[in-house]
Amino acid sequence: MSNTNDLQEFVEKLKAHNADWVSEVVDALGEITIIVPAESVVDICAFLKAEHGFDMLADLCGCDRGPEEDPRFEVNYHLFSTTHYKRLRLKVLLTEDNPNVKTVTGLWKTANWHERETYDLLGIIFDEHPDLRRILLPSDFDGHALRKDYPLRGYEPYSLT
Amino acid sequence: MSVALENKTDQIAALDDSLESQMTISMGPQHPSTHGVLRLELILDGELVIKTTPDIGYLHTGMEKLFEYKKYQQGIVITDRMDYLNPLGNNLAYVMAAEKLLEIEIPERAQVIRVLMCRFRIASHMVWLGTHALDIGAMSVFFFCFRQREKILNLIEAASGGRMTPSYFRIGGLMMDLPAGFDRRVKQFLHDFPAAMAQFEVLVTGNTIFQSRTKEVGYIGKEEAINWGLTGPCLRGSGVELDLRIHNPYTGYEKYDFDIPVETSCDVWARFKVRMRELYESEKIVKQALERLKPGPTKADAPKVVLPDRDDMRKHMDSLIHHFLIVAEGFNVPEGEVYHAIEASKGELGVYMKSNGGPKPERVHFRGPSFVNLSALPDMVEGELIADVVAVIGSLDIVLGEIDR
Amino acid sequence: MGLENPLFESLPDILTVKLDAVINWARKSSIWPATFGLACCAIEMMNSVSARNDLSRFGAETFRASPRQADVMIVSGRVSRKMAPVLRRIYDQMPEPKWVISMGACATSGGVFDNYAIVQGVDKVVPVDIYIPGCPPRPEMLVHAIMMLQDKIMKESVKERADTFEEESRRSIVPGTLPVTEGTKLEEQAEHASTRPYTVPSKHEKRRTS
Repeated sequence: MSNTNDLQEFVEKLKAHNADWVSEVVDALGEITIIVPAESVVDICAFLKAEHGFDMLADLCGCDRGPEEDPRFEVNYHLFSTTHYKRLRLKVLLTEDNPNVKTVTGLWKTANWHERETYDLLGIIFDEHPDLRRILLPSDFDGHALRKDYPLRGYEPYSLT
Repeated sequence: MSVALENKTDQIAALDDSLESQMTISMGPQHPSTHGVLRLELILDGELVIKTTPDIGYLHTGMEKLFEYKKYQQGIVITDRMDYLNPLGNNLAYVMAAEKLLEIEIPERAQVIRVLMCRFRIASHMVWLGTHALDIGAMSVFFFCFRQREKILNLIEAASGGRMTPSYFRIGGLMMDLPAGFDRRVKQFLHDFPAAMAQFEVLVTGNTIFQSRTKEVGYIGKEEAINWGLTGPCLRGSGVELDLRIHNPYTGYEKYDFDIPVETSCDVWARFKVRMRELYESEKIVKQALERLKPGPTKADAPKVVLPDRDDMRKHMDSLIHHFLIVAEGFNVPEGEVYHAIEASKGELGVYMKSNGGPKPERVHFRGPSFVNLSALPDMVEGELIADVVAVIGSLDIVLGEIDR
Repeated sequence: MGLENPLFESLPDILTVKLDAVINWARKSSIWPATFGLACCAIEMMNSVSARNDLSRFGAETFRASPRQADVMIVSGRVSRKMAPVLRRIYDQMPEPKWVISMGACATSGGVFDNYAIVQGVDKVVPVDIYIPGCPPRPEMLVHAIMMLQDKIMKESVKERADTFEEESRRSIVPGTLPVTEGTKLEEQAEHASTRPYTVPSKHEKRRTS
């Protein structure tokens, strides 16, 4: 498809700048996913924002692959550009013992709430986040609700009677 | 299991002890002007807002977890309840993401009908206008707006059976074709609509009190708006020309002719003007969609995914088998992940859908535009008076169902 | 003055009537709802107030934002675990006599959402008088529910609704975290308060026969 050719250029430019940045590229369904190592995600985002016009972070979401998979968690950064209207997805893979990744709140302020939500529902910890606390679930909630080993109906129904 | 919070605790403790004139109040979850169960912690100095922190989660429904336990077709029903003012938009985003994963082509008539039904975001803007004006004090506009909304809800109910939760779209097309006489009814609605808009222009836009309460309030600049991830009318009110219907087109929007309203004054008044102009543009698109409506199939040609017609099912054995399998077991969606964004009435509604080859998705994430728009509220409201907070919330047009999912 | 003069000339000066009838008639004819719109059902509630289905012709003239001035609480929408203590607190703040209408499938029984986040039925938190099914129920159904509530009120007796309910409500402590700013003095009070469970059995159970 034609649009992935334009997006492949960005991949080439990333590789040209620093070859370790691109671990794997998945090109399917008209979209490009670049799997990047967790330590360099902030540098990559800064590079793409400053030099290639990806000035909006459309979405930041996490995913739990299941307790048997390794790495268990992944965090997807969906970048969008308001100048050339192209989308790119960066993916970071995290293990269960070390679900830490550095925050991108310094680059895009919108990441603040998205990262809080990912921490709340999945338990992924964003280092140096200005205010990492629960946002959707009650603050005394025990556990992370969107993980695959958390039951759908929870542990205890809420009842005053 | 919470991360250390020294920064925030210190900040709040410092503010608490500093001047006696500062007061922390909670514009609580039950409040007539917060458009749902939103809680704002306001730190005030008299009437001046020094800092505000939105506290959400009072309507958290765990929809994203529910999607993982329901087959793809069953999930459409849940998407209605997310942004409940524009349910067809949510349906469309979810269904299009699934169609992208399955790589199905949608017939022309279904695409035109999808555009037509999505234009009923006029209903969402009517609620926005009614409640925004009500918060600022114009109470009769509420009744005028809901009168128009009743007409649209009648149309949606004629097509799908549900007023506010239609679930009209299916993966591969529509639930069923439009009823007879539908285009006559839509034309009747379009005939009465300009008179109603003229009333609104007189009642609200020309109202000097409304203008003085909304001009130069809630300012957010262009770069700030992009950095905060604002989309939709909030971004277009700050001077950025971005409309996903034109720049990342879907369902045949590239064939329609409409303008993008953009204003540059970056305040509540600008966002108001953008939304009012959007109502006129929506009317234009509905007229064009009605002209393009030609007879044809409304479901894609994919018997393993799309339910067959009921007549077909009663007469042919293979249709019956397909129907049974689709309903009982669901269809397997090939592995992959997709992010599809549409231009909903509030901004960019994005769906991230990940499939692992089974009948149920592995992860569905909705990027709600109101979630992101609300996160920019503290920036917009610092230094304003508490009455302006109400005006700014109205201009952001938030729907808590979408924020809390 | 027109109609009243000939009418009052034919009636005696003193009328005897049951106290219950007069008081219940007054209560049912001016039943003011408290705004407790949570989700989609709230929009249908707004539709039932607007011009086409006008709820104020049945006495529900104004939707008071403050629960202190309201008679009936229409819980419209899904109640999440974070919101349930707030719901109970608003209910406790309403003065007697008060009624609750649970509007919609989510408020009645959890609705479509059978999961960790939604309270499966608002009657686990407050005593409910009228349940309305539907997702969302049509505005006409809400109007019908108000009329059913009015019939229920007419059958009540003033003697049974003594003011002991209010004292019991004042003593009830709500489990769960009420919204509180972290790091302030309110947080310590809230932590202390939330450990006491709700042990007083509700006398409202008796009222639920209708």
